[in-house]
Amino acid sequence: MRRVVALPIAALALAGCTVPTFGAAPGVTTSSRSAYHLWQGFSIGAALIGSLVVVLILWTMVFHRRKGDNIPEQSQYHIPLELTYVIVPILIVIGLFAWTMVVENQEVANPKTSVTINVNAFQWGWKFTYPGQDVVVIGQTTQNPEMVMPVNENVHINLTSTDVIHSFYVHDFNFSRLALPGVLNQFTFRAVNTGTFQSQCSEICGLYHSLMYFRVKVVTRPQYEVWLESKANAGVAQASRITNNQQTSSVVPTKLTKSKGDN
Amino acid sequence: MTDVLDPPILAQPGDHGHAHEGPTGILKWLTTTDHKIIGLSYTVTSVIMMVIGGALAEIIRAQLTSSNNSLVSLAQYNELFTMHGSVMIYLFAGPFAFGGLANILVPIQIGAPDMAFPRLNALSYWLYLMGSITMLMGFFTAGGAANFGWVAYAPLSNSINTPGAGADLWIAGLLLTGFSAIFTGVNLTATIFYLRAPGMTMFRMPIFTWNMLVTAILILLAFPVLTAGLIMLYCDRHFGTHIFSVQGGGVPVLWQHIFWFWGHPEVYILALPFFGMVTEIIPVFSRKPVFGYKGMVFATMTIGALSLGVWAHHMFTTGVVLLPFFSIMSFLIAVPTGIKFFNWIGTMWRGEIWFSTAMLMAIGFLFTFLVGGITGIYLASPPIDFFTHDTYFVVAHFHSIVMALVLGAMGGLYYWGPKITGYLLNETIGKMQFWFLFIGIQVFTFPMYLLGLRGMPRRVAAYPLHPSWQTLNELSTVGAVMIGVSTVLFMVNIGYSWKKYPAGDNPWDGHTLEWFTTSPPPHHNFYRLPRIRSERPTWDYNHPDRPAKAHGHHDNQDEVPVV
Repeated sequence: MRRVVALPIAALALAGCTVPTFGAAPGVTTSSRSAYHLWQGFSIGAALIGSLVVVLILWTMVFHRRKGDNIPEQSQYHIPLELTYVIVPILIVIGLFAWTMVVENQEVANPKTSVTINVNAFQWGWKFTYPGQDVVVIGQTTQNPEMVMPVNENVHINLTSTDVIHSFYVHDFNFSRLALPGVLNQFTFRAVNTGTFQSQCSEICGLYHSLMYFRVKVVTRPQYEVWLESKANAGVAQASRITNNQQTSSVVPTKLTKSKGDN
Repeated sequence: MTDVLDPPILAQPGDHGHAHEGPTGILKWLTTTDHKIIGLSYTVTSVIMMVIGGALAEIIRAQLTSSNNSLVSLAQYNELFTMHGSVMIYLFAGPFAFGGLANILVPIQIGAPDMAFPRLNALSYWLYLMGSITMLMGFFTAGGAANFGWVAYAPLSNSINTPGAGADLWIAGLLLTGFSAIFTGVNLTATIFYLRAPGMTMFRMPIFTWNMLVTAILILLAFPVLTAGLIMLYCDRHFGTHIFSVQGGGVPVLWQHIFWFWGHPEVYILALPFFGMVTEIIPVFSRKPVFGYKGMVFATMTIGALSLGVWAHHMFTTGVVLLPFFSIMSFLIAVPTGIKFFNWIGTMWRGEIWFSTAMLMAIGFLFTFLVGGITGIYLASPPIDFFTHDTYFVVAHFHSIVMALVLGAMGGLYYWGPKITGYLLNETIGKMQFWFLFIGIQVFTFPMYLLGLRGMPRRVAAYPLHPSWQTLNELSTVGAVMIGVSTVLFMVNIGYSWKKYPAGDNPWDGHTLEWFTTSPPPHHNFYRLPRIRSERPTWDYNHPDRPAKAHGHHDNQDEVPVV
């Protein structure tokens, strides 16, 4: 019964538009939108099942209050009922898993890409390298380095870490992936909107974890090429100014400045 | 079923003279092997740990009321959330359940005189106390307490990134409390298998005891893995092994596998005892047997089995685990948990519900755990986990779970406290405590769900670029303060009710054996035992004409007791 109701609503969720957001946002990539629709579908299921349970509990709280010294019927088993709430949840879970798989396969797919960006995380900043372009963007904490990528193109990311574990978390892409030392993590984005998206590290990585910011800037192809051109000349100079292992404490707001401790 | 015999007398008050000839006062507390005194020590110590962990949480919440607050430094903040998580998980929730209430109750619920290994039990407690002190001593070292999060991910936890003594004390403290847990696991398993009273078959054990058996087996499977991992971490830090360091050919993700191979069963090691407490409270205050008793037992076993195969759902965003396997296994845990929910509702259904403080806490547990459970299903889906992992959504999710456990713990204290002390707590203050706690939890967690969905990562001391997150953070802090007030009310209640309301042996018309003996129970627990012919021996003794009915049997039909 619950499944029969859930399916058309889930179909509606796929269609998007009038279904509530349930607190999440569609984001600006193809896979962020699939993940968002999955979120909406889960939320509709959660709302239905959650309200069923809440109503049952409230019902019994209101109508089965103790009124005297009666001893109610000592019923303990009802096999058909018990089997129902074993089998129905299994079917729901299989449905949720199947939909999860569809979105997940899309998200971890490895389509043909036109742009590759090497992302390197370090304590406490980011280095974005554009192979073959002689472009390097590097910045620490509130310097907020910018990763620029073209819209409507598949962008391949190679994610690594220099020291500890960090997390490449772009809220508007509905995506995060750990940057692991010794591991090359690869994934693909296809942004469908332009804009600048504030992002930050989301895995505890030491003292300045709170401030390990970066931005993702999605631009049109011509803008992207102009940007590459301008960076190709200045890039090397900038990279030499700040190296991975040098702490530039001047960029950290003074009230948060603190020595690196015992390092 | 009316032929209930008077139970044979096992002993008289005043027997077991040796119990009274031993030391008294502090010497008795130091030397005791009585499971009730050890269990009470565990309970009191773990509640103190809850207060310490709660105080750390209030500082964290105070820091987050402003987007760029300077109440604590970045370094202090890292220590605060690390120690808050560590104290609550390692030193409060587990020890409260399997060292505290289980230690007191399991032997009594199965009609045993004590735990199987009383001296090992005492060793467990002293290891736990020393481990707790060791871990907390980190605050008094020059470099401060451990600051790498309660999960201590390598390589952040190595000696280069976290050189201080605080981290070593954290490892040492955890090793000690880990051994204490293992010994308690051994003790509970042996007690339940070998010391059950005549007639107490496995399928007549109370659900709390069943859950403690599964918990104890999970402890035996999971904790040695953590112990091994901690020793490897210590060797990496001090003896130049390179188990988790890339430079020496090691693998940082290996730590996550080891940690979560313990860490996910640990979630159920924490949760199952509290499921058990709620499953004892709800039937008694509904005056009905547990609905679907055997289904409940099988659901617990299923949860225990599945919990050993889901650890990598904490690692979806590492990119180096097989997503579909760990996803479907995690989804499946929803099934036995759902069975439990419907059985709890079935128990209340057409009952005679008495809204005592204990019952309110249990019902509050149901609502709060429902929220935590449902958000857990979201997190089992990798595409959703990718954008909620390491954000406040996850923080909110597991705080819904653990705060539900706190409601269960408080329910357990109001329900069994009178059995342990002989005195009831004040119900009016108790109900005030409940409302502060229950509403506080929701006000505390719901803003965190929204913050996570808006992109606030966990473990950040400041969010200077996102001042719009401030209002929700302030709201969450209001909830945390309400939870703090509820804890104060609990302390006030203990002081106010001190030896004021004698409980009697069976204040709630209980079902299980602990309500058959005196409050507090004598040395070796029982002067006499009733015939045990169902999982409700005390109820059967007090209401011989009202046994549990099988499906299809009603009061006007032939009475067939369920065995």
